[in-house]
Amino acid sequence: MVTTPFDEMTIAGDGCRPAYNLVKAWLEENDLDTLRHRSHEAELLFRRIGITFAVYGQAEAEERIIPFDVVPRVLTSGEWHRLSQGLTQRVRALNAFLADIYGKGEILRAGVVPEDLVYQNPYFRPEMIGLKVPRSIYVPISGIDIVRVDAETFYVLEDNARTPSGVSYMLENREVMMRLFPDLFSEHRIAPVENYPDELLQTLQSLAPDSTRGEPNVVLLTPGQFNSAYYEHSFLADRLGVELVEGRDLFVRDATVFMRTTQGPKRVDVIYRRLDDEFLDPLVFRPDSILGVPGLMSAYRAGNVALANAVGTGVADDKAIYTYMPEIVRFYFGEEPILKNVPTWRCREPEALAYVLDHLDELVVKEVSGSGGYGMLVGPKADKETIETFRAKLKAKPDEFIAQPTLALSTCPTFVGDGIAPRHVDLRPFVLTGADRVRIVPGGLTRVAMREGSLVVNSSQGGGTKDTWVLDAPDDTGATPSSAPVDAGASQSQPQAQTTASQSQSQGQN
Amino acid sequence: MLLARTADNLFWLARYVERAENTARILDAATRLSSLPAGYGGSSNEWMSAVAATGGLARYKELYDDESHRSVIDFLAFSPNNPSSIRTCIEIARSNARAVRTAITAEMWDSINGAWLELKQFPSDGMTRPRLNELLTFVKEASLRFDGSAYRTMLRNDAYYFARLGSYLERADATSRILDVKYHVLLPEGEPVGGSLDYFQWSSILRSVSALTAYHWVYRQNLRPWLVADLLILRREMPRSLTSCYENLTRFLDEIARDYGQQGKSQRQARATFARLENTDINAVFAGGMHEFLLSIIAENNRLGAAIADQYLT
Repeated sequence: MVTTPFDEMTIAGDGCRPAYNLVKAWLEENDLDTLRHRSHEAELLFRRIGITFAVYGQAEAEERIIPFDVVPRVLTSGEWHRLSQGLTQRVRALNAFLADIYGKGEILRAGVVPEDLVYQNPYFRPEMIGLKVPRSIYVPISGIDIVRVDAETFYVLEDNARTPSGVSYMLENREVMMRLFPDLFSEHRIAPVENYPDELLQTLQSLAPDSTRGEPNVVLLTPGQFNSAYYEHSFLADRLGVELVEGRDLFVRDATVFMRTTQGPKRVDVIYRRLDDEFLDPLVFRPDSILGVPGLMSAYRAGNVALANAVGTGVADDKAIYTYMPEIVRFYFGEEPILKNVPTWRCREPEALAYVLDHLDELVVKEVSGSGGYGMLVGPKADKETIETFRAKLKAKPDEFIAQPTLALSTCPTFVGDGIAPRHVDLRPFVLTGADRVRIVPGGLTRVAMREGSLVVNSSQGGGTKDTWVLDAPDDTGATPSSAPVDAGASQSQPQAQTTASQSQSQGQN
Repeated sequence: MLLARTADNLFWLARYVERAENTARILDAATRLSSLPAGYGGSSNEWMSAVAATGGLARYKELYDDESHRSVIDFLAFSPNNPSSIRTCIEIARSNARAVRTAITAEMWDSINGAWLELKQFPSDGMTRPRLNELLTFVKEASLRFDGSAYRTMLRNDAYYFARLGSYLERADATSRILDVKYHVLLPEGEPVGGSLDYFQWSSILRSVSALTAYHWVYRQNLRPWLVADLLILRREMPRSLTSCYENLTRFLDEIARDYGQQGKSQRQARATFARLENTDINAVFAGGMHEFLLSIIAENNRLGAAIADQYLT
């Protein structure tokens, strides 16, 4: 039942979708050696910049780099426009849902989402009930994973409402592409992404609590340099111009957060934390956490500090809640969701479970709380034994699983060493929600499954990334206006003869 | 204003880069000296005095049974158990840099990360003489590149000042130690002018702090041991001299105090040592005992380091 996947460049036969005209021409102009050479250069650049990540559970893998594919992925401005409307709606719904379940709980009382999915969810934080979150924004920063199945259809594969990562790759991929292929950028009109840090800073500043005096002091809280995403933390802090702090740099006094500086304590107003809930405050969550800040939750409860994202947002990006997202959108806004979910069977429902058990060899079955491509069954790729083991797990705890059809994820042309071949991709755009408005930079992180036929794009499973282009004009052909450079005259040079003479004079005296 | 931890990382980043270079220069000088025939001042214990100059004698004796050049090269260049080995220094420096990526410039990161990557191309086993030279040249260049990128690209604010404090304090420490290890060949009494067998010892001291040419420019005469001491202890224009290091330490501590609007223990400490160096001459140093003088400077360096840590880095 596997159909030919939709390729974003090629139309059946030899045609080319208009968005890719220039990329196609470029691929035809450059021979494989050039591409190989450029790919190698790109890898050196990434290593040099130090853009690395660590894979958990692999001792030898400290500081690996994610493979980068030099062939860009292209979206038209029309496609992007529709996506960004859908993303805005989706993230507004996530916020409304969180404000509701930690507040009045209307959606639960209305029976739209089952109570146990919320209250027994491992990411639900009872500490958040009734807590007034600054500006009522729970998820200022999200990454929504999107897959495409045909020219018209984009599905949301997963919402990331905790501490989504990958935005540094979006930015660095673009930098590297611009360095390696400046010509491509002068021929295309590609919407820039480099303003992301500015947008992020504005978003974070807009969350500052009322008790903030003067310019809000924003910091980025990292678990430290052994965290797999440390590079991204330091990169973002740098671009934001904010301090990169660890738990030990902060302390709480009088329900206010301070950081230790060379000039004594300084008040902290907004914390962009890249530390999981359970490590944030050893007095409230895991008592053995040495990464957090004792008393942080008391300052949060007192409304003296904003956390981005809020505590307890994991309940909304859970795979079980995911299946209810269309209902959640309808419940709060009375609108139809612009972006669809992947059709999903909730194994907790008996008819769904029966269907899933009958069709295990066709479906992808995921653990509700799993992430990073761990603990899932890809039916069509699995052998009998694996399927049977999974069947037993599924029967024992059906609540913990959902199932989806094996999607024919779209493919993009990708450089694979001995040529250009289609490989499956997904897309993670980053959505910023401030007190003032929602901001999305045109682009995102395209992840690509480098192995032929593979559908798993996660970097921890050998996936790579691509630069993602959103073309600026609807039917862009690429001509950019050029302006003549102003000649300011030659710069001064050292009067040569004279210098040489005086030098030899003084040397002669010695 | 900086995070205390950031200031700490910057300070030690600079210290370890400086230390890597110092270790490389000391090793370079020892290699050169030990290759001279015995009649020219070369001696077998050159290698051990190189170890002593890095302050690692006790550690060395714990780790090795022999005093061969092979062991010393391993200890000074590669040993992960030696906190001053070139490899350890560059690793610690890079780890500090990684912790404060946000406080250093792209160029600085590039230079230290590049050095760290490149160092892997020098495996400890099978180290040949030419290969060792390449390694030492590479380390010196890496340090220069780092220093140059800090100088040319960093904002002149407290982050820069703390990095400079690290460099100068480490340099003051290294200069005092190098001199102390050789103080016996620098004594003036009964020294016939010229033609001494110790010529190569003196030039090796100068070489280990990259000051041989400077010597000739300052004194315009042959090497005299007391002038070597004068140059490295008291001459203000000599960027490695203790006086120059303390002039800079005082200056950067004052910059910090001015920015923060507050003086403290470390400013007073640095100023006292600087005044002491300024108000003495080389005869007085010899009269009071050079070894004692250097030991007291090493102690003052340590006290200043502790004062800076106490006042700013915790």
